[in-house]
Amino acid sequence: MDIHVDTPESTKAPSPAMQRQLEIWRIFIRNRKASIGMIVVGIFVFFALFGPLMIRQDPHTFTIDVLQSPSGSHWFGTTNFGEDVLVQTVIGARLSVFMGLGIGLITTIISVLVGLTAGYFLGWVDEMLSLLTNVFLVLPTLPLAILLAAFLPNKGPFAIGFILMITGWSWGARVLRSQTLSLRNRDCVEASRASGESIWRLIFYEILPNQTAIVAAQFFGTVTYVILAETALEYLGLGDITAPTWGNMLFSASTNSALLRGAWWWFLPPGLCIALLGAALTFVNFGIDEIANPRLRAESRGVRRLFKKFQV
Amino acid sequence: MRHLLRRISFYLVALWASVTVNFLVPHLAPGDPAQVFMSRMRGHASPQMLRALEASLGVSHDPLLVQYGQYLNNLLHGNLGVSIIYSFEPVTKVLGQDLPWTLVLVGMSLVMSFVIGTILGVIVVWRRGSLSDAFFTPFFAFISAIPYFWLALVLLYVLGSQLNWFPLHGGYDADTVEPGWNFDFIMSAAQYSVLPALTIVIGSISGWMLGMRNAMITTLSEDYVLMAEAKGLKQGRIMYMYAARNAILPNITAFALSLGFVVSGSLLTEIVFSYPGIGLATLQAVNSHDYALLQGAFLVISVAVLVANFLADFLYTLLDPRVRLGGQ
Repeated sequence: MDIHVDTPESTKAPSPAMQRQLEIWRIFIRNRKASIGMIVVGIFVFFALFGPLMIRQDPHTFTIDVLQSPSGSHWFGTTNFGEDVLVQTVIGARLSVFMGLGIGLITTIISVLVGLTAGYFLGWVDEMLSLLTNVFLVLPTLPLAILLAAFLPNKGPFAIGFILMITGWSWGARVLRSQTLSLRNRDCVEASRASGESIWRLIFYEILPNQTAIVAAQFFGTVTYVILAETALEYLGLGDITAPTWGNMLFSASTNSALLRGAWWWFLPPGLCIALLGAALTFVNFGIDEIANPRLRAESRGVRRLFKKFQV
Repeated sequence: MRHLLRRISFYLVALWASVTVNFLVPHLAPGDPAQVFMSRMRGHASPQMLRALEASLGVSHDPLLVQYGQYLNNLLHGNLGVSIIYSFEPVTKVLGQDLPWTLVLVGMSLVMSFVIGTILGVIVVWRRGSLSDAFFTPFFAFISAIPYFWLALVLLYVLGSQLNWFPLHGGYDADTVEPGWNFDFIMSAAQYSVLPALTIVIGSISGWMLGMRNAMITTLSEDYVLMAEAKGLKQGRIMYMYAARNAILPNITAFALSLGFVVSGSLLTEIVFSYPGIGLATLQAVNSHDYALLQGAFLVISVAVLVANFLADFLYTLLDPRVRLGGQ
């Protein structure tokens, strides 16, 4: 449907599909919320990747500088074992960020599989999958995660990942199912069906690409959920206590009553990191929302027309 | 009516699922409560003691299906087992004492944050483009990403520990007042609940506000709003009687769906403030491997969330004629 005007630049430009992707990317970058969010997420990913290389220090090194407030030698202060809070925060980024991204990705894949299958096949497949999705949706997630974590014999990253996956997939599956329902009878899908494409090709090459924005939004939302839930479990002491993560920092801060001792520097950095990262992910989602739903954009004429009146 | 029946049967299935999960998880995990209790005695217990303990904790070695039957039967008779940490009192009694605290705290803060958030959402859309949208939306996005328990820690540190405005932990002043329906107790409980309630309100408000904002924007570009404008109605009337009334419907659905998250957040909030509700009981159960209490807490929470969901569903059916008449 794209109409191309051949300009000198576009003669050696890539294929229309590539161009369309470039165009989406350009809209994405031009969207202020999305780009601010992406930059912040990028900074965290950078620290997660290279932070442990820059700071070659064991986060659990005990020193004699016990419970010191931020100073020149310990920028973020120390814990009551003399561990450096800055080192712990930077090293903690690795597990917290990558657990979030990794588990978020797998969880989103599960949502996509369940949602698209249910929405495309309808009938009893849909009935069963929708029932399962809706049941998981009304079960309170964190209590369920606590119940599972309390009974799991080993609490390594895989066990925690498994729990977060089980409790996190249903929301995305529901959204994607209803979107698939509205897409499955579009002309493009009908045409491919008539030309004898296989069902899986229909689902993953015709329907899925039309939901890229929603899948992306689900992914970022799930990552936020995973990071928050993981931190919560660790804060309750239900995670892998030895792992250097932000949640475990908060856990040890609270078990050593950092609060009563006035050691604000101990629990402030990890929580602030989580809040910043979560806010950045939410921002990316706002951006995606605005790109996919032009009505939400500030430029939207209908709204502007109304609001001009309010502002006079 | 058909819609309502469908929903009721769905909630019955969901109830069955949560009961079954509650039964299966502990039984598929290795070990049982009696063994955990014994291992804490460090082997200073005879086999007779183990057997007595198994009997009182309801551990049996029957096939899983038989145990499942017994479990359901016990549930129907309101028997959730006994709690180890509360000196073998029935779990129902322990949770019965905790539940009112949680219900009052979470219920009141939820309603407050929903009402304030929804109104804020309308106002932000109203003043769209001005400072409030540029400032409020990012600000609330940031707030919505803060973990509840961390927010609780910060509030506790600043308002409780440093400024000394509010008590640090507990549900009431146990030294001076006696729990009961008297003025002193209620005032003390209210004072102790300010910080936890503030945490829950701040933590959950942005969800309703942002949801309402998006729904409002979508509604404002509908034709009937244009029509209302063309008729020359007052802007306030368009905002509240035409746009907000329709935009609030998706927000009520969102309310129902995010209940689980808010309840999860309030559990953590209770834990930070040592507020004597279900959340604190859950933490104690986790820390001391009190499995019966943990299961009971999960059951109570999931039933409460199911009931709240059902009420929201019911409200939605009342408000939206399309759903009410959909079956006909």
